[in-house]
Amino acid sequence: MSMGKPLPHDSAPLHVTGAARYIDDIPVPADCLHLAFGLSHEARGVITALNLEAVRAAPGVVRVLTAADLPGVNDISTAAHDEPLLAAGEVHYHGQPIFLVLATSHRAAREACAKAEITIEAKPALLTIDDALGARSYFEGGPLTWRRGEVAPAMAKAETIVDGRIEIGGQEHFYLEGQVSLALPQDNGDMALYTSTQHPTEIQHKVAEALGTPFHAVRVETRRMGGGFGGKESQGNALAIACAIAGHLTGKPCKMRYDRDDDMIITGKRHDFRIAYKAGVDAKGKLVAVEFDQYVRCGWSQDLSLPVCDRAMLHADNAYWIPNIRITSHRLKTNTCSATAFRGFGGPQGMVGIERVLDHVAHRLKMDPLELRQANFYKKSKPQETPYGQPVKGFILPEMVKSLAESADYKGRREAIARWNEKNPVLKKGIALTPVKFGISFTLTHLNQAGALVNLYADGSVTINHGGTEMGQGLNQKVAQVAAAGFGIGMEQVRITATDTGKVPNTSATAASSGSDLNGMAVKNAVDQICDRIARFLAPKAGVKARDVVFANGRVTAGDIDMTFPEAAKDAHENRISLSATGFYATPDISWDRTAGKGHPFYYFAHGAAITEVAVDTLTGENRILRVDILHDVGQSLNPAVDVGQIEGGFVQGAGWLTTEELVWDEKGVLRTHAPSTYKIPACSDRPDVFNVALWNGENHVPTIYRSKAVGEPPLMLGISALMALSDAVGACGDGYPHLNAPATPERVYMAAKRVQGTR
Amino acid sequence: MDIAFLLNGETVELTGVSATTTVLDWLREERGLTGTKEGCNEGDCGACTVMVSDASGTRPINGCILFLPQINGKSLTTVEGLAGPDGEMHPVQQAMVDHHGSQCGFCTPGFVVSMAAGQITGETDHDRQLAGNLCRCTGYAPIVRAAVNAARQPVPAWLRDRPAAPPMGAYVNDFQPTTIAALAELRRAHPDATIVAGATDVGLWVNKDMRDLGNVIFVNQIEELRRIEVAPYMIRIGAAASIEALRLATLRRYPSFAAMLDRFASAQIRAAATVGGNIANGSPIGDTPPPLIALGAMLQLRNGEDMREIPLEDFFIDYGKQDIEPGEFVEAVVIPRDQEADRLKVYKLSKRFDQDISAVLGAFNIEVRDEKVISARIAFGGVAATPKRATAVERALVGRPWTEATVRTAKWSFAEDFRPLTDMRASSAYRLETAANMLDRYWREDHGQAVDVREVTP
Repeated sequence: MSMGKPLPHDSAPLHVTGAARYIDDIPVPADCLHLAFGLSHEARGVITALNLEAVRAAPGVVRVLTAADLPGVNDISTAAHDEPLLAAGEVHYHGQPIFLVLATSHRAAREACAKAEITIEAKPALLTIDDALGARSYFEGGPLTWRRGEVAPAMAKAETIVDGRIEIGGQEHFYLEGQVSLALPQDNGDMALYTSTQHPTEIQHKVAEALGTPFHAVRVETRRMGGGFGGKESQGNALAIACAIAGHLTGKPCKMRYDRDDDMIITGKRHDFRIAYKAGVDAKGKLVAVEFDQYVRCGWSQDLSLPVCDRAMLHADNAYWIPNIRITSHRLKTNTCSATAFRGFGGPQGMVGIERVLDHVAHRLKMDPLELRQANFYKKSKPQETPYGQPVKGFILPEMVKSLAESADYKGRREAIARWNEKNPVLKKGIALTPVKFGISFTLTHLNQAGALVNLYADGSVTINHGGTEMGQGLNQKVAQVAAAGFGIGMEQVRITATDTGKVPNTSATAASSGSDLNGMAVKNAVDQICDRIARFLAPKAGVKARDVVFANGRVTAGDIDMTFPEAAKDAHENRISLSATGFYATPDISWDRTAGKGHPFYYFAHGAAITEVAVDTLTGENRILRVDILHDVGQSLNPAVDVGQIEGGFVQGAGWLTTEELVWDEKGVLRTHAPSTYKIPACSDRPDVFNVALWNGENHVPTIYRSKAVGEPPLMLGISALMALSDAVGACGDGYPHLNAPATPERVYMAAKRVQGTR
Repeated sequence: MDIAFLLNGETVELTGVSATTTVLDWLREERGLTGTKEGCNEGDCGACTVMVSDASGTRPINGCILFLPQINGKSLTTVEGLAGPDGEMHPVQQAMVDHHGSQCGFCTPGFVVSMAAGQITGETDHDRQLAGNLCRCTGYAPIVRAAVNAARQPVPAWLRDRPAAPPMGAYVNDFQPTTIAALAELRRAHPDATIVAGATDVGLWVNKDMRDLGNVIFVNQIEELRRIEVAPYMIRIGAAASIEALRLATLRRYPSFAAMLDRFASAQIRAAATVGGNIANGSPIGDTPPPLIALGAMLQLRNGEDMREIPLEDFFIDYGKQDIEPGEFVEAVVIPRDQEADRLKVYKLSKRFDQDISAVLGAFNIEVRDEKVISARIAFGGVAATPKRATAVERALVGRPWTEATVRTAKWSFAEDFRPLTDMRASSAYRLETAANMLDRYWREDHGQAVDVREVTP
């Protein structure tokens, strides 16, 4: 049985030998052209002159395209049709593509771009949240508010009220493999693309739109990505469309990959938020009313900002019962790159809001923040409803948190830290436990479907294909384990093939942590169909019922018939039984009205909790994570090694977001941190010295694939404990509340410590 | 230029190569070896890590900022060259599979090469060895588990026995001199040529600024320019000595300097970057000038057969302006050893501990006798247009009792010495305050207080 085994990533032997092939590694025909974008040097303005003569004359340049040269629709957006491939007339952010160079090499294309003379009449740019609020620059015309209960009277009766605000920076994905696409024009006007994307179907649709062809004329293939994290949900559209158009116009293969700096300048990032809050608690510290204003810098186009902002609102409660609540979301349009999907999709920011509230309340009440959190948890006995009306079922956080706090000795360490801090004037330690309750499903209900194609060959070998994409998360291995388990065969008999819009159509993005839930089920559905056909063929011969035919241990047994799985496949094939099946799955029991903010948007919740201990230097603000203990809920794990990998990596990525990863734009809207030299993701020594990760041993209460749970996004939010631990450490410097913003860089930690000490 | 080298054990000879073609581009675009990846094209992510060996040993290097002439006469090993003759995996490769060290796999070849190089050099501090390899998926824990495991196993024979040079040695090129005298002559004849040592900065001019460098002089074949001489009364560091060589040379005598050099940059960069390059490019945020200035180092500048020696701090005139004549080059830096070595403390402040550019770098060399400050040499990077001494602070200390009160008063003098800029690394106020706090830290450290957050344990 392949289920639940800690098997390595299916491509691990290829990864470590350098043999795993990524898009830029695919050998290309000698006449392949290489593409690069020429970018806007202003954040907002009107292009008054575009002199590209020197670009056209540059060595190796074959052709230069502007918006006027495009054969079809000039758009790369996901839905709103507000994002041109090449700026036409106006530019809306610094780094917006204006022209496209086709050249004989990657370097020739890049060198040529630098020779353009672009004249832009600059207009006042809206760069910050305050700029956008001042100009009332909103998507959808204005803010969106969801409510439950009566906030004002509840707040009036509250024992204690805290208010404040937290600034939460964005985050660059920093997938190690940058954006890249390769287009190979086919006969009959068809286009084949190899793309590093989480969403091959959207690439297919957008390329078809750009070329003016039906979807069937475009085929998109994705074997693997060198990291995605949401950054390849929509941000690959521009390159794929550019390659397809260039291929269409020249008849030649066309490849485009962004240089890292271009990648960071052009593409969207995690949304940065300002969350203003006001919270009232009763005498025991129980929340009676909370108000959130989430101000979100969405950038110049809509992209995925609306559902991202929705998910931030949907996670404003995290794990806590808040009887009266108002959440207002301000989706602000600014002249910055268009913020996009990033692991958690707004959920992390929403969650930081309520965790900050509880941290602040605990400080005010001089309570242990963990006890305050536990007191406010949803009740398990009688399911309470989230602010959007979904009953919180299968809520296991209370016992998880209790178990984690005991096993990691939260209480004892908290006391030891207090003693340590008394003895150390310069260095301070802090500790915090934060929980995660993350809703699983796309909030846009129709995306919760998946298809699969399973082929059983006459020699008993199997290929599986599904709509999900592999970005490192081990999806393919998990799905292969599902297939092997279904057929009762070994993993070596199952071959995973590249995601291909020609094999499985109309797929959703691999996003929302849904990959194995949806595709695992779709593959199982296909496998079950094939097994059923074989069983129906064998059962009469053996005089048993079809359901009594057993597929296990590489054999098929039906009454007295006992044969190897390959023998069964061969036998079935020779008796004209179809051994190929398409599978399908649609998540049940979900519904959602986003305008009203009511419904049952999530099939279930995934949970986790982390305790983080940190140390800070109050002379400089330098800080380190010393120890992390995590207990995480993956239901019945499909592959514990893959799941633990997601948890460890998710934590470090989340902690990086809230500590060292700082995006800095200057007063002209120029991103100053556009390379790893200036944008600092965690390095090897930034991982915790002690890093304990355990899986909560339990089954999903809803019938997901083998009762497992999604694990892609939830662990990222465990990193919030690092921010709260830093707040705790800074709080040890004096009596004031730190009001620590994110990312908590050494500078922010230092300034917060000064505030707490009362010296600033 | 013409070059010869070993590629995964096989001799490669190339004629007429461009001086600025990178090893990474050649491997991927010419040779079809695509295991080595481009992640950032500026030496910060390590996805392009290759292993370079020569008579001086084996080291990991970033292939994206390594020009082909730099491997002339050397042995280059890529991820494709780690497996055994029968295709058996290298122990680090197997360990990475066994410990789930790869997820998306894109950074993996770079990690594997760094780990294999570390296994050869016997490095067991995996944080140090892997600081220049970024992974966005795993959070590093499984990679370190794999590294710990692989380090216990012997270097495979097929790598251990691989020669460190092609049979014909290095090809001779006009612009790749082998002696200092030849370099001096070449430099005089081509004062406008770009001198390339480790290419860790020049590589970015080519990859990011798309600059055409014109004539390029490679100094990496000049053995004598790399020499570090340790004599009783001085340490003389050849301009082409690598930062890693400097780190090893200072490990005993100036441990705080050596510890800072750990954080100067990754193993890959430290192996390539040179002391002369870090000084000659005149950056206000180069990490070696402040400690060298605090140690009273002298700079030796060569012009033809002439040599002049100036205090290092006088070399830096203004932002982008150094005291260097046409035809001149940095030959060496000399640290006089007439001071109490253990008084030097070097503090680096950056957003991330490893492989980050300093927001502030402070170097303090304060001598105290009978509870009184008898001398102070304090120099900073990141707080002025050049690396600069804190002369007002020094004045506020010398002759005064070595007390907290003196320190408190002296801290006010930082504003006299420095008016730092605000940029993406730090604000002006933060830079100024933390620079002053470093004096506080020095005093506390001198009095036995715990001040190093890196040494705190859970």
